[in-house]
Amino acid sequence: MSSALSIRGLRKSFGTAEALAGVDIEVPPGKLVGLLGPNGAGKTTLTKIACGLTRPTSGSVEVAGAPAGSLEARSHTGYLAELFRFPGWLSADELLELHQKLAGSGGGAAERAELLELVGLADAREKLVERMSKGMQQRLGIAQALIGSPRLLLLDEPTSALDPGGRRIVRGLLEEVRSRGIAVLLNSHLLSEVERVCDSVTIIARGTVVASGRASELGGDNSVEIDTDRGMERYEGVGREGIPKLVAELVGAGRSVYAVRETGSTLEDAYLEAVGGESR
Amino acid sequence: MTAAAATSTAPTQWRAGAIIVGHALRETVRRRVLLVVAALTLAFLVLYTLGAAFAFEEAGEFDQGFSSGLDDRTLTGATLEGLAMFATLFLGAILATFLTMGVVRGDAETGMLQPLIARPAGRSTVLLARTAGAATVAAGYVLVVYAITVAITSATGGWTPDNPIAAGLLLAVAVVIVTAISLLASVCLASTAQGIAVLMIYGGGITAGLLGQIGDALGSESLERVSVVTTWLLPFEAIYQSALYELTADTGGLTGFALNLGPFGGGRSGGFGLLAWAVAYVAILLGLGVWGFRRRDI
Repeated sequence: MSSALSIRGLRKSFGTAEALAGVDIEVPPGKLVGLLGPNGAGKTTLTKIACGLTRPTSGSVEVAGAPAGSLEARSHTGYLAELFRFPGWLSADELLELHQKLAGSGGGAAERAELLELVGLADAREKLVERMSKGMQQRLGIAQALIGSPRLLLLDEPTSALDPGGRRIVRGLLEEVRSRGIAVLLNSHLLSEVERVCDSVTIIARGTVVASGRASELGGDNSVEIDTDRGMERYEGVGREGIPKLVAELVGAGRSVYAVRETGSTLEDAYLEAVGGESR
Repeated sequence: MTAAAATSTAPTQWRAGAIIVGHALRETVRRRVLLVVAALTLAFLVLYTLGAAFAFEEAGEFDQGFSSGLDDRTLTGATLEGLAMFATLFLGAILATFLTMGVVRGDAETGMLQPLIARPAGRSTVLLARTAGAATVAAGYVLVVYAITVAITSATGGWTPDNPIAAGLLLAVAVVIVTAISLLASVCLASTAQGIAVLMIYGGGITAGLLGQIGDALGSESLERVSVVTTWLLPFEAIYQSALYELTADTGGLTGFALNLGPFGGGRSGGFGLLAWAVAYVAILLGLGVWGFRRRDI
């Protein structure tokens, strides 16, 4: 089975400015890949090229084996732009119906109801877009992107306007999407979110990939601080996965454990190291 | 994401185009565009009815006791209908401009376009469908308003155009050309600049046409040359002149001569060549629009 998204040697220039300078990314089917990078790193440009809104200067981009931007590729893609606006005069249900028609989805009312339920908008079916909060519109945008069960979901900052409750809904939704075999490229500034839900992470800066791998691998060695009856104790080289065992051993030895905190290198540290502290 | 939804087949480009046309037409109804236009048009038609009634009445009084050879009913009716056509085309041009406002660049800047063109409908389909939707509404509007003004002119003064159907259809063609100009402008310009540009182009075309008529009356070859060049560059003006011509195509003598002197009478027939050029012109504009839209990074 071909990759949901395969990017090879992707370059994109706007005049003399090079936004992407040879990027390679692979998103396997059913995997959730986080795309990180400082402002202006080329994340949005990459996402737009993947869904055919922007043309690459060179390199190859394929969605489910079809050239990005082709009708076949777009029929396999769900996309939510960072900056989007839906017609305010449509209700949530009507908007999804319009996109069902354009995507050729045969899901009908059942698919629309399920998607609205999935994004927590089941009660807003008849609500006009113009009367929705930005957060509701963003969740509706995700539902729109999921119309027709695409093989690849491209989400560009999908949680930027969401409150913590909305973010939790989206996290759950992403896990649900992954369980259904849909691949996701998640472009986000929220490292904690990416760390929690993504199978792997790609960090780009100045148009090139500067780090790539599992979040836990990028984070490097972790250490743990444990608040016990003897005071705060630090354990080096204990990954997140090793915490339950360590706590069980301590409790088994008759110690009291009050709190546990990871203190080692995190994705944030790895990110800042990879981008050289760059921020725009 | 139900089992049924998992099987999605991209619609044909015709089907996608029909969906977008339907969406655009629905928008004009839901956003109350048609309601506002209908209310304002009604005001225009009431004014036109009053004006026509007074004009025919006073024209009849003016001719009493004279045998000038002028057919006052035809002179008044053709001039009034010419004025009505001018106003109708103007309103149609405004409608076409606003219906196509920001269709490409403007909607791209606000993020309205991206969700649509990320779907498996080609950019050319989106652009042509939006053109078809706007042209249908604008041309339909012009035909309806024109038909009502003809009925009013006939009811108030007992005069009807010599070729009423040809005149109406030509007027509709003129507004389709304005729609195509506006669509092309939407590919290149942001919304405000697009609206200003199209209305200025429209005003320029109409002014050039009037200059041509003045040149014709004064025998000025330079002015007539300006008018001819403008006709080829902006054929909606020449089509409008052809529509005016159809109002009094069979009227001759002193009445025909007098009508030719006025700004809303006479006109010039461009013939089949002009119509062919108008069709080619719209095709060229849309072709340029599609080409520009396809090359644009959104």
